[in-house]
Amino acid sequence: MTTLAEAPQAPEKPPARPRAQERSAAWRRRAPLLPALIFTIAVTQIPFLVTVFNSFQSWNMVRPGSQHFVGFDNYVDVFTDSVFLQALLNTVTLTVVCVFVAMLLGLGLALLLDRAFLGRGIVRTLLITPFLILPAAGALLWKTTMFDPSYGLLNWALGIEVDWLSDYPLAAVMAQITWQWTPFMMLLILAGLQAQSREVLEAAQVDGAGRWRTFVSITLPQLSRYLQLAVLLGAIYIVNSFDAIYLMTQGGPGTASTNLPYYIYQRAFEGFDVGQSSAMGVVVVIMTLIVATFALRLMFRTFDVSRGVK
Amino acid sequence: MAAKTNRLGRGALTALTWVIALLFVFPVIWMVVTSFKHEVDAATDPPKFAFSPTLEQFTTILDRGFLPYLANSAFVTVVSTLLVLLLGVPAAYALSLAPIKQTSNALGFFLSTKMLPIVAAIIPLYVISQNLGMLDNVWALVVLYAGMNLPLAVWMMRSFFLEVPTEMIEAARVDGATLPTLLYRVVLPVVAPGIAATALICVIFSWTEFFYAVNLTAAQAGTVPVFLVGFITSEGLFWAQLSAAALLASLPVMIVGWIAQNHLVRGLSMGAVK
Repeated sequence: MTTLAEAPQAPEKPPARPRAQERSAAWRRRAPLLPALIFTIAVTQIPFLVTVFNSFQSWNMVRPGSQHFVGFDNYVDVFTDSVFLQALLNTVTLTVVCVFVAMLLGLGLALLLDRAFLGRGIVRTLLITPFLILPAAGALLWKTTMFDPSYGLLNWALGIEVDWLSDYPLAAVMAQITWQWTPFMMLLILAGLQAQSREVLEAAQVDGAGRWRTFVSITLPQLSRYLQLAVLLGAIYIVNSFDAIYLMTQGGPGTASTNLPYYIYQRAFEGFDVGQSSAMGVVVVIMTLIVATFALRLMFRTFDVSRGVK
Repeated sequence: MAAKTNRLGRGALTALTWVIALLFVFPVIWMVVTSFKHEVDAATDPPKFAFSPTLEQFTTILDRGFLPYLANSAFVTVVSTLLVLLLGVPAAYALSLAPIKQTSNALGFFLSTKMLPIVAAIIPLYVISQNLGMLDNVWALVVLYAGMNLPLAVWMMRSFFLEVPTEMIEAARVDGATLPTLLYRVVLPVVAPGIAATALICVIFSWTEFFYAVNLTAAQAGTVPVFLVGFITSEGLFWAQLSAAALLASLPVMIVGWIAQNHLVRGLSMGAVK
């Protein structure tokens, strides 16, 4: 917000130029962007367009020559598939819970770290480590050393006998994912805390505001854009969670911990049903885009993208 | 009196912070401990805290052919990150210092690609890779990881580019600097820390990527997460070996992340400030 102090510049009128020259100048400005744009379109959009095409086909990979156009049949199947609906529900639960809990924990840890104390650097290093562990390694370690019913540390520490992955599969997966993403949230929030102006905090103290009051009326509003960025980035990655489910529960028992990425993977690589898994992919994309449109609008408002555009 | 309780309170808070941090990171500490155990000491009830350490698990992991996976991961991570920078730096420039009219559209497009679930495109990617003979080929991962990280990298680097004072650029332009000279001599020195932070995040996400690696590679081009999948069948039996593999697989990124943690904070938070 410091840029608000800049003096507004008088708009300069560009000298009249022939159109062709103007157009080539515009293309020269765009040129540095084009390789990245073309590359991104080729790598992310073309496969997706193929997916859209496939979603209108009946095509099973184990039956060569079975491919034919079926219109919206796959989509009808998708919405009458109870496993799909369960996976959808699991995905929403997993994303919302993990993002929310990781953000709360991250906020708590960041507040603890936002003061000078003995060994602060070491504590921060310890706390970011779960984010740097390979998620696949983290998932396998939690599955065995933490959640194992006979030898797991969790049962030993709590003095109970629970088969976490069978009895609470989704909760177990969410615990691992939350553990993995809390440091990410913490780092972002910590950066936000440290960007606060000290003077304002001190002024609040001089005015006799208590700690809680200062936190609620000064710190939280200043943190809001950091929190929003944390939620947005966290949600983008957590919605696609695959490793933890693939390695810890295989979506089970039954479909208790199946999320959409895992179910689409199963339909494609275990069921070999290209048509239906593509239709699911398209549905997921459309739903994501609906949610994302709101998120994007929020993001653009918050981060004021127009800044720097002349 | 008040000062004394205050100091006591502070000491308690510091102790609390340490306890929470150690508890939070305990699965990692336990992984390190377990990796030095003999298999018989690894899965026990109650867990063993005292044992005779061994390097046996690490040699076993190396014997099981871990190094080629490590080499694949290193290659894919480094090359895809370089590709991201090669494509992303000019793009970030075009969206910040010499902004084009469609800047917000382009930024929105880049961000929206991050919202496409990668699983939705896996079948075409599999079929295309197969037709190009790129299945189980490191270059397929290089291209896909670059595509995966480029949008975020453009966003982040754009924020860093906006830090460059416009006067510096104007001055260089007046002096007749061409675009490459301008980028290299004027802009790069200012944005270098930001580019390093961006590269670090690309490295972390490439190194830890699982979905593409598992579905598109096998013995030839497999990266370290693919090596770890081999342990899914041996659950409960080889905890010490699993811990050693997990430690070796994570160590490169852990070290890089620890050393560059200030970059990490800066890189992540730039998007929020700008």
